Amino acid sequence: MSAAAPGRRLTYREALREALREALAADERVFVIGEDVRAYGGSSGVSRDLLAELGPERIRVTPLSESAFVGAGIGAALGGMRPIVEVTTVDFSLRALDQLVNHAAAIRHMSGGQFAVPLVVRMTTGAGRQLAARHAHSLEHWYARVPGLKVLAPATLDDARGMLAPALADPNPVLIFEHGSLYRMEGALADPPPDVATTGAAVRRSGDDVTLVAYGGSLPKALAAADALAAEGVDAEVLDLRALRPLDVDAVLASVARTHRVVVVDEAWRTGSLAGEIVALVAERALYDLDAPPERVCSAEVPIPYAKHLEDAALPSVEGVVAAARRTVGRA
Amino acid sequence: MTPAPDRDHALHLLREMTRIRRFEEACAELCSATKIRGFLHLHIGEEAVATGAMQSLGDDDAVVATYREHGHALVRGLPPRELMAEMLGRVEGCCHGHGGSMHVFDASRRFYGGNAIVGGGLPLAVGLALADQMSDRTDRVTACFFGAGAIAEGELHESIDLAALWRLPVLFVCESNRCATSTALERSASETDLPVKAASHELPAWHADGMDVLAVEQAVRRAAGMVRGGEGPVLVELRTYRFRASTYDPCLHRSEEVARWRERDPLVTFPAWLRSQGWLDDDALNGIEERVAAEVADAIAFAEAGTPEPVTELERFVYAWEDG
Repeated sequence: MSAAAPGRRLTYREALREALREALAADERVFVIGEDVRAYGGSSGVSRDLLAELGPERIRVTPLSESAFVGAGIGAALGGMRPIVEVTTVDFSLRALDQLVNHAAAIRHMSGGQFAVPLVVRMTTGAGRQLAARHAHSLEHWYARVPGLKVLAPATLDDARGMLAPALADPNPVLIFEHGSLYRMEGALADPPPDVATTGAAVRRSGDDVTLVAYGGSLPKALAAADALAAEGVDAEVLDLRALRPLDVDAVLASVARTHRVVVVDEAWRTGSLAGEIVALVAERALYDLDAPPERVCSAEVPIPYAKHLEDAALPSVEGVVAAARRTVGRA
Repeated sequence: MTPAPDRDHALHLLREMTRIRRFEEACAELCSATKIRGFLHLHIGEEAVATGAMQSLGDDDAVVATYREHGHALVRGLPPRELMAEMLGRVEGCCHGHGGSMHVFDASRRFYGGNAIVGGGLPLAVGLALADQMSDRTDRVTACFFGAGAIAEGELHESIDLAALWRLPVLFVCESNRCATSTALERSASETDLPVKAASHELPAWHADGMDVLAVEQAVRRAAGMVRGGEGPVLVELRTYRFRASTYDPCLHRSEEVARWRERDPLVTFPAWLRSQGWLDDDALNGIEERVAAEVADAIAFAEAGTPEPVTELERFVYAWEDG
């Protein structure tokens, strides 16, 4: 977000809260359900103030029972409501993995199309805040490989503000991953805020020499790396995936067809990562467009540690992205 | 045996139980003939549970069942043809053959599965009831069936706690056949009395004889009335027994036990009681059996004549689209 853009200044967290407030006002079937949404406004503070405005029926605090309240969200969606379930972190969502994978994702297909599950689940993902290995992993790609789910990763103020409404209008279960490092990101939002789609990648910076593919909390790192590369005369394109399922493969291939080089930045562990999937797709469908081997910049294969220097060392860094991009253009 | 309300209703209960028994006996044969594949979990021996419990539910109520749900689906009104076609994997099946025996769904009858994750349906039932409560549909009940195995699942406690906390209209029905897959309840639970466990959640709970269809009906009707009256969730444990093996074959270890429970077979004891009331004779019983046999034969013929869903449709129904 450029500070010079017209519109109001606000944070990513405030943009998410505005979207929630608007969704709750627009449709009385919409309600928020999750842990701590009452006292803190959720652990992320996104739903703060909403309880006072809307009351405990619509802002529904639950016991610490992820499986029950995520499943209750699925049941309420089957029953005609439009729940927004808030799970504190993706790490905690593993307690509800069965409900999300075996139920929300599968009910429609296994019932022969009889049911839809119009559910939205929001959760924090990612590291960078010294919360260590049970609050800091990037596991969104686990969900992104499940047929029946849709997975979004808003990385800009426009997407934080705009993705919720179309996600709620979608008759399918939609998971929205908010990277913890983005909540304080500040910028300008046009007034009225722009409508956004929940599909399709977006080119956040155009360039000709190398494509940096990123999403969520890795987008600011990719943009910073592109700035650093520009100073060295390397013109990087930054592609924000925005949606992890369905994946906009065409956008990746179109960019690679022009730049002939690709670096995927992904905070998940490298093994079995979405970065691996993207590189595989490029290899299958655009191998002869490539002028250099694809690069992946991922997290070290360790449980994310607490100590700052160790956490930093475990995560993708701007320097790491720059170094990978240099290798693809033969400047290592 | 609790007094029956009237002869016609009592004979209706016998017809329903007989239909489940004969339908499932046919399923077992079709399974041996490898026409039904995958896992087949039979309700045989437990027919009084589905039959009795479903009597107090109306069309607007919702049902969440387990993977042992053929009986529940039949009593709920799913046509035997659609159920059998599902089990044979035909497109004419209620779920186009996508679900099979363990995953029977019927939206038109508010039958939300058929759930092959033990305890997995419990949170869904809480959510369905929450939707009713938030929409002021105060006359509705969501009946959630679960088995003895679910007693050990954390989801049971999470779900009944949430339902009790919010006073949701959930009727929890434990179909307790005293066996968690292949492990006797005594070997898998520190406290085997579910109402005792439920008491800590401030949930009214009682048990009833799950082999006695009239006792089941009465116990569940009382519970459903409380739930419908806005008193919050109620739990009923129905103690029953399955005569056939589940996934594995615990029968090898329980032949004496099976023999003991067979004396309480609802398809033996209930007809005997009806006879003692003067409401049933050989002709009437034969009439029921003949009609059920014809219905089962028709379902099998329909299913066997059914068609496989075209493979071109494989990926249909993964996602719903706004235009339907």
